[in-house]
Order: sequence, then structure tokens, then C-alpha cells
Amino acid sequence: MRTIQFREAIAEAMSEEMRRDETIYLMGEEVAEYNGAYKASKGMLDEFGPERVLDTPISELGFAGVGVGSAMNGNRPIIEFMTFNFSLVGIDQIINNAAKMRQMSGGQFDIPIVFRGPTASAGQLAATHSQAFESWYANCPGLKVVVPSNPHDAKGLLKSAIRDNDPVIFMESEQMYGDKGEVPEGEYTLPIGVADIKREGTDVTIVSFGKIIKEAFKAADTLEKEGISCEVIDLRTVRPLDHDTILKSVRKTNRLVILEEAWPFGNVSTEITYQVQSQAFDYLDAPVEKINTADTPAPYSPALLAEWLPNQEDVVKAVKKVLYK
Amino acid sequence: MKKITKEVYLKWYEDMLFWRKFEDKLAAVYIQQKVRGFLHLYNGQEAVLAGSLHAMDLSKDKMITAYRNHVQPIGMGVDPRRVMAELYGKGTGTSQGLGGSMHIFSKEKGFYGGHGIVGGQIPLGAGLAFADKYFKREAVTLCYMGDGAVRQGSLHETFNLAMLWQLPVVFICENNGYAMGTSVARTAHTTDIWKLGLGYEMPCGPVDGMNPVKVAEAMDEAIERARSGGGPTFLEMKTYRYRGHSMSDAQHYRTKEEVEEYKKIDPITQVLDVIREKKYASDEEIAEIDKRVKDRVKECEKFAEESPYPDKNVMYDVVYAQEDYPFLSHKL
Repeated sequence: MRTIQFREAIAEAMSEEMRRDETIYLMGEEVAEYNGAYKASKGMLDEFGPERVLDTPISELGFAGVGVGSAMNGNRPIIEFMTFNFSLVGIDQIINNAAKMRQMSGGQFDIPIVFRGPTASAGQLAATHSQAFESWYANCPGLKVVVPSNPHDAKGLLKSAIRDNDPVIFMESEQMYGDKGEVPEGEYTLPIGVADIKREGTDVTIVSFGKIIKEAFKAADTLEKEGISCEVIDLRTVRPLDHDTILKSVRKTNRLVILEEAWPFGNVSTEITYQVQSQAFDYLDAPVEKINTADTPAPYSPALLAEWLPNQEDVVKAVKKVLYK
Repeated sequence: MKKITKEVYLKWYEDMLFWRKFEDKLAAVYIQQKVRGFLHLYNGQEAVLAGSLHAMDLSKDKMITAYRNHVQPIGMGVDPRRVMAELYGKGTGTSQGLGGSMHIFSKEKGFYGGHGIVGGQIPLGAGLAFADKYFKREAVTLCYMGDGAVRQGSLHETFNLAMLWQLPVVFICENNGYAMGTSVARTAHTTDIWKLGLGYEMPCGPVDGMNPVKVAEAMDEAIERARSGGGPTFLEMKTYRYRGHSMSDAQHYRTKEEVEEYKKIDPITQVLDVIREKKYASDEEIAEIDKRVKDRVKECEKFAEESPYPDKNVMYDVVYAQEDYPFLSHKL
């Protein structure tokens, strides 16, 4: 199978869908003439023209709202944020308008919109540029939140997100755009709301999503050498969350570690922890462990950042703890 | 512009009187606690709506506004009984009882809400116009806001985008003098709101918002500009609301005399004066209109009273287009 970069998978998904459906357009900072701040829309202005690939000023509130308004009136917009850190100045349009329009209107308006861009830390970018808002968006009814971890999943999930009739928050990573992975030539989509067991195992379940899941894979490799078999579940979607896949795995392994790049208070990990204790209490042979970032804004210094971010050693330690080893 | 004939004056009189009496009825049933939540009434501002509707092509033009929004959808053709039922929280309401006072919508009639966050609807209005331009529909969006909303960043970001892309939209500030209880002069160095258009080179100007003829003339020019590809316009309608911001407003920020001064230029009275002066209707005919309005309002109240509350499942059914969305449970 051919191998392509994550950014190419994103561009392919958008381009294929735009060829199929003329109501779709792409809007955001640097997406057109510059070919995308991270080149995830390379070649799209040339192919689709300035009516469908639009550079915006630095006005996240303005263009997020224009996207929602146009979605009320026949378009299927893809709105790119250069990072979701910048979505905060436009978050009113996402939470109050995109997520709630259908409900407030008694079901009159579908809002088929995708807000996409990178999330979480990406090197030493410090406090304002290193934030993971998956759990913020996932907290809000009306939205769906998708976070792929490799090019194959990114393409299939983004195509589904664009076709979805509900607003989808689609979160990537600056540090994944260059990642290469196998992506088939032909047309395919992946379902939203379905987790993927990336690695089967019997001793412990590790749940993760997005780029940080790579630390889980590395830890699983290390632990395998020590005779510990890890099952690694990639959530792929955090709203709606695929609880069944997690519960099924925990009922098999009886132990759970959750790895999530997010502040530790009230996040996706805590939600999973609640659901598992509520629905699989008798299957647990150890308390659930979760690994998050430090409970502080992201620091700049490399020494501090290494301490702040979860890594494979943290995962190994947590797995051994739930195994009482 | 469509001629302002005898029929137009009579329609204006009946429409505006109906809107006013509809709002008065809501105030009355609010005090009886049949309608709850916030209640923002349009009394005094009716000429803005009447004049705008005259200049619109209702077969394709659209309207979007903030939370003072009960009567605009009625003007666009929505059954007023369903608007009142929405305020009663009934299943027959325009949003099946999910939206309430601040969130009236009608996709069918081109009324796009009904928005509760001050200024949040401004980029949406540009977005509606973006889609109309994208699909080459030659339709125009009328995007209304209050004098408080113009100080939000959303206005400025949207003005820039709307001019950049020459969107077919008319922005209308209904300046009723007070953002809740704070006057325009207390919150801005410049009080000529229409001048905010100048920085974006957007055609702009002030309009006498108490006179539907003046409103219709200004709106017609703006709508035609938008429809013919000339881009957006920003109009400041100088108007006035007689009632408080919402129902709990003691109105200490203004004098009774000020309110009385504005009632002298009341839009309904102005229209009625023309009707009398030009003998468009006899006293008996006017009395008939008054009676008809009273009956229609009563009919709305009856419909809302007698309608059933929504089924509990509707709370889930309307959130996602996806039919089998797996909602989390919230209690045993």
C-alpha cells in the first residue's frame, strides 16, 4: 500500500469531498494562497478557485460565525483554525451557535460544519499555544469531537466528518502533519463514534487518542519484552465516546490505564474512569490509573516541558502499578 | 421601491397594532406567570420592521436578529399563534418549546432567529449572505442588532469580512437609546453609531426609525445595492422602546417625560394620522381593524393556553441530526 503524510491525507479527504459535493468550501487563515499554515490544503486553491478556498483575516470569531450562518443556508463549510488555541476567540460561535442552533430551533436547522485544525502541545510553544481542548468541546451537547492519530484514520474520519449533518470538531496536531502512514488509494470512510483496538492484549487495557497515543505504543513494546501484554484502544472520537469497546476490553483485562494529553481536572480520562467504575466495577482488579499533563499551564523550558508532558515511562509505570508489579 | 399606497398604510396600521397588542398580551400573561424566562418587547420600534418588510422580497430575502424577536417572524409570515405557543413552552411552538422568548426561528419563512448572545448573530447574518452569494440566489439578508451589540468585536470582524467579500447583507442597528439600562453615551466616545461603517468604507447612515416611510426608503436603497452586487450597507435606525429592557427593569435610567416625548412620534400614531388625513379609512373601518387585532391576539392566547406541553423525548430528538445519537444518562 502507498504511504503518505498526515497533511496529505487531510488534503485528500477535503479535496475528494469537495469534488463530490459543490456545497463544501474551505475557509481559514493561510489556507488558500499560502497552501495552509501546515500545508494541509496544498493545491486546493488552484483546483477549486477562490470561491471555495478562502483566505480569511485573523478573525476567528467572524469567520467561525460566517461558517455557521452559511451552514444554516445550504453550505457544508470546513473552517480551519491555525490551531484550536485560537478557537477561543471564536468559541461563542461554536458553543452557542453551531452546537445549539438545531436544538434552539426545535430541529429546524442542521449545521453540517467541520471546524478543524491542530490541538495540544507542539514543541516548546509555552502556555498559550499548547492547550488541549478536546474535553471542553466534548462537554458540549450538539458537537461531535474527532481526534485521529494517524494518516489512515485522519482521511477516513475527516471524510465522514464532512458528510456528517452535525457540527464536528476535528483535531489534528502540528507534530503529526509530517507523520507517514499507509493510506489506500481508493475511497473509504471511517465511522464517527467507534474506537479502534490498535493493539490486542490480555493483561491491561490502555486507552488513549491523538498524537500522545504513540507513547502508549512505545510503552506497550517495552512491556511486551517484560512479558506484559497491553491492549491499546484508540478512541478516535471523544464525543460520542465508544464506551462499549472500552468496557469490553476492561472486562477482559481487568485493568485500565488512560493516557490523555490534557489537564488532569474533569477531562476525557475522568469521564472514562466514572463509566468504567459504574459499569464494570466487579471486573476491576485494580483502581483505574490516568496519566495527564501537569496541572499547570505548559512551560517553555525543555527541562520543564519534559516533566509536564506524559511520556512512555509514565505509561510503563502506571501499567506496572495496576498490575501490582 | 414599491409604491406606498393606501393599502400599504392600512396594512402597516393593522400589522403594527397587532405586533404591539401581541407584545402587550405577552406582558400581561408574563405577570400571570404563564410565560417565564426573559421577555424583551418591541413596543415603540415597530416602524423599523414595517418599513423593512415593505422593501424586502419575502420570497427569498432573509432576516436575522437578536432576542427582541417575537414580532419579526410574524411579519415574515409565521403563524403568530405558534410564536405565542413557543413563549408558553408548548409543543406547538415555533421551536416545539425548546427555544422560548429569545429563540424564535422559521426556516420556511426565512427567519433565522432569534439569538440570545448580544452580537452573536452578526457573523451569522454575513454567513447567510455568504451562502446566498455562493449559490447565486440574488437574495439579501437583513441582519439586525441593538445599540449594545455594536460594541462587540463580532460587528467589526463581520464588517471587514462582509466588505472584503462584498456580501449581500444589510446591517441594521436598532438604536433604542439603551443597552439594557445603560445609555449609548455612557459606553462609547462616539454616539453616532452609523459612523462605525466609515472605517470599513461601508455605505452607512442614520435613519428616522420611528417613521416606516423613511425606513422603507433607506432599506430599499440598501437592499437593491446588495442585490445588484454592491455589497453591504450599515443603517442606524433611531428608534425607541417604551417598555423596559426585559420585564424586571424598573427604568430608573430615564424619565417618564422622555418616554412621553417619544410617544408623540409613535409609529402607529404617525401612520394612523396619515390614514385619517388622507381619508384612507373611516372611523368605523379603523374600529373594525382594532377589533380584528384584538380578536387575533385573543386567538393566539387561546391556542397557546390549550396546546399541550412537548413530549419529554423531544429534548433529545432535536439536538443532533443523527437519529441514534448515544446520549449519556443523567440520573437513575
